[in-house]
Amino acid sequence: MSDASIDITTKSAKPAELEPKEASFGDYVLLLKPRVMSLVVFTAFVGIIAAPEAQSLFISFCAVLFIAIGAGASGALNMWYDADIDRVMKRTASRPVPSGRVSAQEAFQIGLALSVMSVVFLGLATNWVAAGLLAFTIFFYVVIYTMWLKRATPQNIVIGGAAGAFPPMVGWAAVTGDFSPASMLMFGLIFMWTPPHFWALALFMKSDYHKADVPMLTVTHGRVATRRHIWIYTVLLAPVALGIGVTQIGGPLYMAAAVVLNLIFLKGAWDIRARSEDVAEADGYATEKKFFRFSLYYLFLHFCAILGDIALRAAGLSLGGW
Amino acid sequence: MAIREQSDMHRRRLSRNIGVGLSLVAFCVIVFGMTVAKIREGSKMEAFDHQPRVSITPAQEGQSGGTQQ
Repeated sequence: MSDASIDITTKSAKPAELEPKEASFGDYVLLLKPRVMSLVVFTAFVGIIAAPEAQSLFISFCAVLFIAIGAGASGALNMWYDADIDRVMKRTASRPVPSGRVSAQEAFQIGLALSVMSVVFLGLATNWVAAGLLAFTIFFYVVIYTMWLKRATPQNIVIGGAAGAFPPMVGWAAVTGDFSPASMLMFGLIFMWTPPHFWALALFMKSDYHKADVPMLTVTHGRVATRRHIWIYTVLLAPVALGIGVTQIGGPLYMAAAVVLNLIFLKGAWDIRARSEDVAEADGYATEKKFFRFSLYYLFLHFCAILGDIALRAAGLSLGGW
Repeated sequence: MAIREQSDMHRRRLSRNIGVGLSLVAFCVIVFGMTVAKIREGSKMEAFDHQPRVSITPAQEGQSGGTQQ
């Protein structure tokens, strides 16, 4: 950033977005969407641990790190491209680019540089199948989702959710060099979980998406249709979640957790489906907010249960024949 | 005249410089660590052509090294 950005007080007539402020290091960290990265780190870690081969601890650490950097890079590219709509939405207006702390050009350069770096170093650290999958994930999120589908179709969340679902597959591939039904089902779990999770958010953050003119399902098909879609996707999610239980990474702990979590999730989705907009508005979208909060635990606990079964097997406590 | 007072701009710039510096140090450590880990993984390979070093490969069952009869 040049020193020209210092004199922001004397040119108050200019909009904030045209006059970048001095960014701190934390602003660059925020550019990489650390909250999204935390989910990526955790699911990629589970993918690596669940893989049926051994890998050096340091190489595994590097794999998780480069997958996280790749996810962060795609987040920076997303902020570069979406600065115009981020500025309009209350939830995203304080992000580094729309608030003017980091310029869009900087976000683009950082995103591109980190994308290349993460893919090359994941390839060098592990294998080129994992690196290729990471490159595809970044391409999918930035080009297919951010540039194309997000502003073009109400199914944006459904297809865009694939980008967030790849990390456990990349982690698995980083160890084994290939894919398996287990890694694909971990992908399927996040992929099918994404639409109900985001549509529940869209139900109670309705003005944001309206203002930004993003064709969310709530905007294009109405709120009744969105409630119905949440129910349908939650029903479709359940067999995928339970399916993991019968693969090599599943076990009794996972199966028990999956049954309980999916019953609660189905109940929540049904409650949302059965509610009218008037009732929801009257109680401040309490059911939708509760469902959204639970959806975060839902995914986290499924992956914790996979780790739990791995720990049980390592301790020789698994049930025979599972 | 020297600027003595610490402004918010200076603090932000300092945090950025420290952050970039630490990131570069972390990057060097990771590249070094990866190099060590990779060399250890390939420790049973010959240096020039990446072929297994037979002399340090554990003998498999049924292969005594002598002529089989």
